[in-house]
Amino acid sequence: MTWFWTHHYLLARRTTQLGVLVLFWLGAHWHLGVLTGNLSSSRVLRTVPLADPYAVLQILATGQVLGSTVLLGAAIVLGFWFVTGGRGFCAWVCPVNPVTDLAAWLRPQLGVRWGVRRGLRVDRSVRYWIMFLALPVSAITGVAAFEWLSPIAMTHRELIYGPGLGLLAVAGIFVLDLFVLRPGWCGSLCPLGAFYSLVGRWSLLRVRFDPERCDHCGDCIRVCPEPQIIRYDEMERSGFIDSGNCLNCARCLEVCPRDAYHFAPRFGGDAVGSPEEGSP
Amino acid sequence: MSPPAKDVSRRGFLAALKPQNVALAVAGSTVWAYVTGESRASVPARRPPGARDESAFLASCIKCSQCVEACPYDTLQVATAGDGEAIGVPYFEPRKVPCYMCPDTPCIAACPTDALLPDTPIEEAEMGLAVLVDQENCLAYKGLRCEVCYRACPLIGRAIGLEFRPNERTGKHALFIPVVNSDACTGCGRCEHACVLEEAAIKVLSVEQARGKLGENYRFGWLEDAEISPDFEAPMAAPDLPQWRDGLERVLEQMDDLSGIEEP
Repeated sequence: MTWFWTHHYLLARRTTQLGVLVLFWLGAHWHLGVLTGNLSSSRVLRTVPLADPYAVLQILATGQVLGSTVLLGAAIVLGFWFVTGGRGFCAWVCPVNPVTDLAAWLRPQLGVRWGVRRGLRVDRSVRYWIMFLALPVSAITGVAAFEWLSPIAMTHRELIYGPGLGLLAVAGIFVLDLFVLRPGWCGSLCPLGAFYSLVGRWSLLRVRFDPERCDHCGDCIRVCPEPQIIRYDEMERSGFIDSGNCLNCARCLEVCPRDAYHFAPRFGGDAVGSPEEGSP
Repeated sequence: MSPPAKDVSRRGFLAALKPQNVALAVAGSTVWAYVTGESRASVPARRPPGARDESAFLASCIKCSQCVEACPYDTLQVATAGDGEAIGVPYFEPRKVPCYMCPDTPCIAACPTDALLPDTPIEEAEMGLAVLVDQENCLAYKGLRCEVCYRACPLIGRAIGLEFRPNERTGKHALFIPVVNSDACTGCGRCEHACVLEEAAIKVLSVEQARGKLGENYRFGWLEDAEISPDFEAPMAAPDLPQWRDGLERVLEQMDDLSGIEEP
């Protein structure tokens, strides 16, 4: 049971990641209409449109006029992640996340032996540069620049429409994360992650921190995919993890032996998923 | 106290605007643009009905494959990496599965971005254009009664007609030559799908590949509506009419003078 309680959010995330893939697969092959399309744009129950707002931005940068359906879909998705935490997409939906999580999990075990434990660092602003540069590159080439090369879209497409050469992109990211970059693709390069980081700077649902309970054991920092965002001094002042880089993956919530973390809206309000005693 | 993390990253971002980094960004974008440009397939593919012009279509398609899912005949395919097509964009191969021209066009209805233009009537679609590319192997040109493409055409007699020509080999029979009317052809590919040869002699090409373009300067006198328009400017000024008339009158006067001379 203890293993379950320190991993229940992780299991929930793997379930939503797999569930989204399965629903898209069933939509494409069995014409089950729960989710049709893919992560770029889709419809829920063949009615509610969804769309990747960053992809829509790139298409708009090419100068094309788009239909209202995709604009509404992008607004819905943007609104959803604005409420639930920008990079929630990365932790709960993106199919690349399990790949990079696996690499991050394997790295210390292989890394010690092969001397790549620390890894190469890329300046954290690089992914924002890639995110912004995608727009002029889209305007110049006349196609949505990141979407044409996106390993996220490629992974998703290959998993649904049969594995092809695109899985090489996934393998590339895995090797990059395992042996070269740390933080890897997701934290250093991915422009979609950067986009959702921007959304996350203002998003409502955040991980709240209770300094009274914390004994600075550091378990949360060890499991966090973006460990630089957990800074006890700042969290004691602000009361929550105040960073757009937070994925709301909830690993810190479940591993904390003293339940110092819980989900709550950014501005006051009652704790969500807090322990029975409630926060002081 | 250390400043909030936001300020650190913002300051870091501004500090990153050094000439070296800007140069790196420009170089990176150039390579990126090149790779993106190269990743567009060189030969335009057969697209779903209602698709915008190829370049506008490639730009506006969000590659969600909802049109593919909506196609009841599994005609539309998603290009995955290594297919030799622009990755993620819908296309179809008529020799495998042609378009059966659903009157309600579920593919167009599914498109969220209007990359497939809404309310395009299926008979006005330009998915491609059928061309009888191989006359050497076409059975009709050999004098055999085939006409399978003609009969498979959903717009029989309009998009593909038959032209009768004398069979010069036998000297007494006719050739029944299938002829595509490019105005009516939707590029559905039923003809290419039906062609009885091992490799189809009639193929649907993309409109860009199949169509020529007439220069603006041509006017065909035998077409009623092809008269020179009032705003047509001739490259050289024509001679002034009164001068002509003067000249003509002068010649006529001289002829009158000549008429007075007796023949020898």
